[in-house]
Amino acid sequence: MNINDINIGDLLPSREHQASNVSLFLYNAAVWNPHRIHYDEAYTTEVEHHPGIVIDGPLQGDWLSQVALNWLGEQGSLDRFEYTNRRAAYLGETLTSGGRVVSVDRAKQEISLELYIKNGDGDVITPGHATVHLHT
Amino acid sequence: MPLLTDEHRAWIGTADPAVTVEVTRRDIQKYAAATEQQQVRYLQGDEAPPMFIFNLFSEIPALNKLRADGLARGGGAGPKLPLKRIMAGGTEIQQHRPIRAGDVLTGTRRLKDIYEKQGNSGPLIFMVRELAIIDGQGAPVMTEIQTSIAR
Repeated sequence: MNINDINIGDLLPSREHQASNVSLFLYNAAVWNPHRIHYDEAYTTEVEHHPGIVIDGPLQGDWLSQVALNWLGEQGSLDRFEYTNRRAAYLGETLTSGGRVVSVDRAKQEISLELYIKNGDGDVITPGHATVHLHT
Repeated sequence: MPLLTDEHRAWIGTADPAVTVEVTRRDIQKYAAATEQQQVRYLQGDEAPPMFIFNLFSEIPALNKLRADGLARGGGAGPKLPLKRIMAGGTEIQQHRPIRAGDVLTGTRRLKDIYEKQGNSGPLIFMVRELAIIDGQGAPVMTEIQTSIAR
């Protein structure tokens, strides 16, 4: 990856994410999150009145960071990353992550990325930004 | 009329007790599998993806300390707010260096700022919390800034 070949507007590869009961169980076990809205469907719909099991906001944040990390591979580092969960997503939805280059500082080897997670309707439910630099 | 008083603002700068954790290769591998990482260094547990720090410095309560919804009773220190409905704002992470298997990390969370704004549908209170993560030598590893909004 050469900084001179990277231009504003370049698209990062997009990826589809389909959470399952198993993947949400393992994620919430790994981060030790016992909130029932991520694994107990009856409780989630009847008590907290969600339409279904809730896909964790920070899990979407992780998928968003992976857009930048997988694009960089071993050739750079992530310095700064931010995201906002704007709208909830539920088990059964297919989400799509992706991004594009918004600025390139060739002298500093630094690149700014705009990142998104979209739902099936194409609405951005989790937007974010990352600043990365390439190893010299 | 402003909702926040000097009593609320006196909490700015106060910190929760520091928490120290040992990061194991197996912890990283579990996280990497659950989040479907694609980089070998994460899947092998050599290095942790940046979002691995989510909940890493939270207390692990006994089961009898959990409420019916599964979450812990009580929660962290902080001012009692005049608005009760809490929404997640944004999360920002600065990575000074990646977390590696074997790291012994100390995280300290403090209230960085509290302020109010007039939203379209009423007043909003913004709480900004900073989690500073250092390694065993005291060098900065990561900083996380989380904003929550009460309305």
